[in-house]
Amino acid sequence: MATSASLSRTSDFFREVVAEAPVDPHLEACLQCGTCGGSCPSGPDMDHTPRALFAMIAAGMRDAVLRSNTPWYCVSCYYCMERCPQEIRITDVMYTLKRMAIKAGYSAQTTAPKAPGFAQTFVDHVENYGRSFELGLITRYYLSHRPLDALKMAPLGMGLLKRKRLDLSPRPIRQIDQLKAILDRAREIDAAHST
Amino acid sequence: MRYGYYPGCSLERNAGAYHTSLMAVAAQLGVEFAEVDDWNCCGATEFIAVNRLRAYALVSRNLALAARQTNGSNGAAKGQLVAPCSACYLNLSKVEHYLSQSPALASGVNNALAAGGLSYEPGSVRVRHLLDVLVNDVGYEKVAARVRRPLHGLRVAPYYGCLVVRPGFQGRFDDPEYPTSLDRLMRTLGATVVDFPLKAHCCGGHMTQISRDVALELIRRLLKNAADYQADMIVTLCPMCQLNLDAFQESVNGLFGTEYRIPILFFTQLMGLAFGLSPAAVGIGKEFVDARPALAKIGAAAPAAAEAAPKRKPRRGDQSLPLPQMPEEEL
Ligand code: SF4
Ligand code: SF4
Ligand code: SF4
Ligand code: SF4
Repeated sequence: MATSASLSRTSDFFREVVAEAPVDPHLEACLQCGTCGGSCPSGPDMDHTPRALFAMIAAGMRDAVLRSNTPWYCVSCYYCMERCPQEIRITDVMYTLKRMAIKAGYSAQTTAPKAPGFAQTFVDHVENYGRSFELGLITRYYLSHRPLDALKMAPLGMGLLKRKRLDLSPRPIRQIDQLKAILDRAREIDAAHST
Repeated sequence: MRYGYYPGCSLERNAGAYHTSLMAVAAQLGVEFAEVDDWNCCGATEFIAVNRLRAYALVSRNLALAARQTNGSNGAAKGQLVAPCSACYLNLSKVEHYLSQSPALASGVNNALAAGGLSYEPGSVRVRHLLDVLVNDVGYEKVAARVRRPLHGLRVAPYYGCLVVRPGFQGRFDDPEYPTSLDRLMRTLGATVVDFPLKAHCCGGHMTQISRDVALELIRRLLKNAADYQADMIVTLCPMCQLNLDAFQESVNGLFGTEYRIPILFFTQLMGLAFGLSPAAVGIGKEFVDARPALAKIGAAAPAAAEAAPKRKPRRGDQSLPLPQMPEEEL
């Protein structure tokens, strides 16, 4: 078996993933032991187990990796990271792959097509108001991405409303302009870095 | 004791009962939580999926505000920031940890913060989960001394979920796979703690918005596990866990043909009840699955829940075989 370090030298995609992660995920140390997949609550529903996905990254299978539903089905439970003998930052890699899939325009073609829309709606919302108000978030997301499913969510919405567990209007933070300035600057810096 | 307090969006509304009860309990224990002024959402797990530096900057604004506002003056514990939401706790502690580890990330974030006239020095805030503070700083003895109405006879399944115990970016206070601090706290209140092997398994987080069936199966497993051990209720320490297990319980029953009616309360609600507070004072009555029958066991008369239990619908998709059920599940 080739070591992951030698595999990593052969794949540009591998280096791209590592560079995109917030801190080095140490992906080259993956032993392919499978502990992560065996610990994963979403394992059975994933196109590829985390272990398989890491082998595919090392092999440079860019398309298949970015189309996989695996990162979108990751619920960030951190079981895999807890148990990985190599202390690989698996959950970070999943986030990184989501970001790369969105950037590459693949996210709508995965088998979890609903996930990127939800993430984007959430983000738009926070950027506009500074806090998330659940009703606005849910209705905007469902109306724009899944109009038919919006009906299914109605009973939950009503139940939350009745129990006064839902806001009807957003609660902007006081210094929303400050937050926007910070986020805009962050976007610029990020853009300048990813060439 | 005075701490910085980051409530998070959920506690403002959907998990209002958590906020109400934790404040009531804190007052009893002589702990003060000073809310970080003008905090913003921490982005849950969604934000970071979309943009890296923006996600870190979003969370760092909160750290910068917290560092400024918990500076050791007026008796505040310096740089100690308490989060009751598991997701907020994870996001805040993870970003702080990564900023401390990566000077490049810290300089990018500070560059962004500067656009809003803020800055953050890595290492100046320590993020703590509420449970950690209550069991380790306040301590079990002090909690025990306040118990007026012990929860005798109440069978409680303590649910930790994921992020409070894993991965422990700023240090651990409990075992990452089989934590026990909440068990001990519940015992301190006089409750009977049932074995709950899935206590640190995942409830699916926002998966309900992504793939409903996957999420409902994760929730079903937890409910079944608690029912198998004849728990009267599940106690949680995270608003999202509470919402998933409570509000989606009816959907689980619809999909799997089960009959679960397990109330899901916040651990601070039980603390308040044991301290002798009224159910209303700890926000009881906002839950979907009525907690009154269970609370009757400890003689805490609860106000009416927001609506009567819905009549059971006939099961959908009746071609399927009935699921095997443990006898206890019929309870
Ligand atoms: S547990 Fe770690 S070393 Fe093992 S396959 Fe998963 S990532 Fe690789
Ligand atoms: S963090 Fe994601 S990949 Fe890892 S075990 Fe949990 S769901 Fe699976
Ligand atoms: S994680 Fe949830 S509760 Fe915490 S701040 Fe973000 S949206 Fe609010
Ligand atoms: S159990 Fe669920 S809500 Fe709680 S921390 Fe885990 S994913 Fe989040």
